[in-house]
Amino acid sequence: MRPVAIIGIGKTAFGAFPDRDLRSLAVEAGQKCLADAHVSPSQVEAYYLGNFAGPSFVGQNHLAPYIAGAMGITGVPATRFEAACASSGSAFYHAVSSVAAGLNDVVLVAGVEKMTSQTTPKVTEILAGAGDTCGEVRAGATFPALFAMIARRHMYQYGTTREMMAAVAVKNHENGAKNPLAHMRKVITMEQALRGKPISEPLTVFDCSLISDGAAAVLIAPLERAAEFTDKPVKVLGVAQTSDYVALDQKDDITTFQAVSSAAQKAYKMAGVTAQDIQFAEVHDCFTIAEIIATEDLGFVKKGEGGPYALAGCTRLTGPLPINTSGGLKSKGHPVGATGVGQICDLVYQLRGEAGERQLERHSLGLAQNLGGSGATAVVTILGVA
Amino acid sequence: MKSGVVYTETVVHAAPEQFVADAPYQLAIVSLEEGGRLTARIDGERVVIGDRVDFVEDRNGIAFFRKA
Repeated sequence: MRPVAIIGIGKTAFGAFPDRDLRSLAVEAGQKCLADAHVSPSQVEAYYLGNFAGPSFVGQNHLAPYIAGAMGITGVPATRFEAACASSGSAFYHAVSSVAAGLNDVVLVAGVEKMTSQTTPKVTEILAGAGDTCGEVRAGATFPALFAMIARRHMYQYGTTREMMAAVAVKNHENGAKNPLAHMRKVITMEQALRGKPISEPLTVFDCSLISDGAAAVLIAPLERAAEFTDKPVKVLGVAQTSDYVALDQKDDITTFQAVSSAAQKAYKMAGVTAQDIQFAEVHDCFTIAEIIATEDLGFVKKGEGGPYALAGCTRLTGPLPINTSGGLKSKGHPVGATGVGQICDLVYQLRGEAGERQLERHSLGLAQNLGGSGATAVVTILGVA
Repeated sequence: MKSGVVYTETVVHAAPEQFVADAPYQLAIVSLEEGGRLTARIDGERVVIGDRVDFVEDRNGIAFFRKA
């Protein structure tokens, strides 16, 4: 296998953009990414696109060649990947595989979602399509409901509290307020987070990520060719994707995501590092409880200690292990198909020393964790300065 | 009659489009006595983890349980 590098990144702002369509968002991210690497569309050898529900949200199918063509990229494999909220994490995993295998050299990987043109009940229904529509969804489960049931069980087994979950939201808003591309750039207080409107008990609106529009893109190439394109290459040290059952009621223990643990173990092994070596991470905080569980499943803390770790401030910018310096899905926004590649871009900003007010002092080894559904797909990526 | 124990539960306030009229409603994953788990609706009194529940009826493909 050939070592792979990230040679360019590009993101749109995340937010509610009534005058932007899906294609224009994806094109903007792709063009920014190509410009960042000084690469022309004719040099791109494949286009891998993560998108969860373009056909349901905006009625458009055949998305990958549709967007590639709009950027002047034709005559190459252009393919859409769908793995719920891990769609573009999955696109990234498969793109890295193709470059590592020697099938392609310069590959553009992107993610996009356009969600805000639908009403919230309709968005809730479309997102529920990532669950088991013959079981839990038919009974009335929404994604907030599934994660609320996960939260209840985590509280029951480990004594996790609503304050611990709220601490995740407060911290992510604190970070997102400093991110110029974030959807909701405002700080919130613990009091506000605890008194938010109930969505699915015990989760309030402040435990839930945002419904957003947005796109992100990264350009990858063999590490040995990276210097042709950039003087700031980032090395893909490890990447793994694994799966689990879609239905929550089929899992033995819903307080852990087996797919995350197994993907993390594979990625650590590939990178030759341990959880304790990771300096910062972008994790999939679709709900506050998901960030707490991620810190446990990734091996940063022992099982059941994710809540107290968050409440103690250990994951803040000033803490020993900063998590979601971008603001996370909670504050940065969660255009679901764009989230996986968006997380990779956010790691790259830190690794290159371009994170502005959020820049960390230790920034040579970072991890991204992207989750699909209630844990049926997980992608873990470890990046380092080359 | 199927019986079981509440493994976890939530009360849904923000419902998907087709269930907006039902909200708020309680949803639970029930560990069935006969083995396996089922995601079901709770009828009547609210339940918490560990409560025993009995099957009531099936309405439009949705299993309803009630506190035993």
